[in-house]
Amino acid sequence: MNASRHFERWAPVLLAIALVLLWQVGVTAFQVPDFIFPSPLQIAQQFNEFKGPLLAAAWATFWVTMVGFGLAIAVGVMLGFLIGSSRVAYAAVYPLMVGFNAVPKAAIVPILVVWFGIGIGPGILTAFLISFFPIMVNIATGLATLEPELEDVLRVLGARRWDVLVKVGLPRAMPYFYGSLKIAITLAFVGTVLAEMTAGDSGIGNLIQTAGSQQRMPLAFAGLVAISVMAMAMYELFSWIERHTTGWAHRGSQGH
Amino acid sequence: MTAGAQTAFIDFQDVWLAYNDELFAAGQFAVEAIDLQVQPGEFIAIVGPSGCGKSTFMKLATGLRGPSRGRIRIDGQPVTGPLKISGMAFQAPSLLPWRTTVDNVLLPLEIVEPYRSNFKRKRKEYEERARKLLQKVGLAGYEDKFPWQLSGGMQQRASICRALIHEPKMLLLDEPFGALDAFTREELWCILRDLWTEQRFNVILVTHDLRESVFLADTVYVMSKSPGRFVVKKQIELPRPRELEITYTREFTDIVLELRGHIGAIRKTSPVVEATP
Repeated sequence: MNASRHFERWAPVLLAIALVLLWQVGVTAFQVPDFIFPSPLQIAQQFNEFKGPLLAAAWATFWVTMVGFGLAIAVGVMLGFLIGSSRVAYAAVYPLMVGFNAVPKAAIVPILVVWFGIGIGPGILTAFLISFFPIMVNIATGLATLEPELEDVLRVLGARRWDVLVKVGLPRAMPYFYGSLKIAITLAFVGTVLAEMTAGDSGIGNLIQTAGSQQRMPLAFAGLVAISVMAMAMYELFSWIERHTTGWAHRGSQGH
Repeated sequence: MTAGAQTAFIDFQDVWLAYNDELFAAGQFAVEAIDLQVQPGEFIAIVGPSGCGKSTFMKLATGLRGPSRGRIRIDGQPVTGPLKISGMAFQAPSLLPWRTTVDNVLLPLEIVEPYRSNFKRKRKEYEERARKLLQKVGLAGYEDKFPWQLSGGMQQRASICRALIHEPKMLLLDEPFGALDAFTREELWCILRDLWTEQRFNVILVTHDLRESVFLADTVYVMSKSPGRFVVKKQIELPRPRELEITYTREFTDIVLELRGHIGAIRKTSPVVEATP
């Protein structure tokens, strides 16, 4: 029992190590040239060699993402609150939002460049546009799924809409909210890198783009690794916050 | 009847309700011609087939819905909006999982006046009251547990405490013990009986369980389905206090059997063809 629990805990790490080993062995065995598909070892070497520029690029991408993500939380929570608490607003806003969300964000970046020029503007906005939707939908869902009986219990006592929203709706929406943050943060990184690749003058996206055009695959791959590490770290952070604030919603997994 | 109507706590006079204007125009009423007088402190039970408008009746009695026709007076006042003097509990306990049991019980006090305005100042006092009430229904030691750490029967006890914490004059229960096993159910009957004996609020109990209605109520009303009407009124003359043993006596089973006969008749004459469950 104990041993299998240990195994479960370390399984993701073991799998990652196994995959990296397989990758290294495969690339070496078939003598794949590094400008096609670099080996993990070569990527690690690039990391070591270009520590400075990689860290600078990662930092640029990170804070642009966080600003866009912050905006997404603010706007997503507000819109979600609006459409989750009013049926009219839901009917009016939701179809528009779905249509808007279906627009490929890559197609918007050139427009943003025209409006805001090359630089961090398009990055922040793309990160925001791509990540606010899941936050909005989840807040709205959490607010809208209120048991009618509980609402009766409260309304009989003279509860106003606001009381019901604050005492029941919002706490109920919290697990949905944290769940959506985990999805939205990874999307926000995608948005930033997307904008940096077409319209950036800094960041990991820009670095990958430049490295790619110079056929320096190991460096481009190092950029990819950096971005996934950041996204994974942020995902884990929100997961941790979720577990420690809304444990009541995950009681099934608390026991073991 | 007229003499009773003057002192009645709950007074329905020829009450009809259609859920919207189209149904009203079509003459489709959820409940029809309800005449009902309930004395202060009386315990009534409403039994009937599912979908007969029992829940609609609850909405009318709490003021969550106004009647399409007729007059409802409760505690001498015409009903115009939600009645804060009522507490409600349903088949699903619907406790909030992020609040402890005692905090769940306190929820109504955070909403209903006059408690609402004093809540911060008198929190200690109110909490004491909630704990006492929880202990009374046998939840001592579980006050600070979360609802999901409690069994179904315990959750239902807490739900009843939540309905009673603001000392309502009227308690409305919509099949509150429907989801519990037989032993737990009988245990909760006794708890409800004791609470009622002590505080003498009015109770309207909606149930499918005839034994439950006869054991607990002063008066049992049988409701028919489409149209939703009260077709039988049965005074339960069994002496109080009633112990569980009474449910095995001849008198008791005779009453249950009689009511069962009425229900059976309703089901046979019901114009709507029922799907087999």
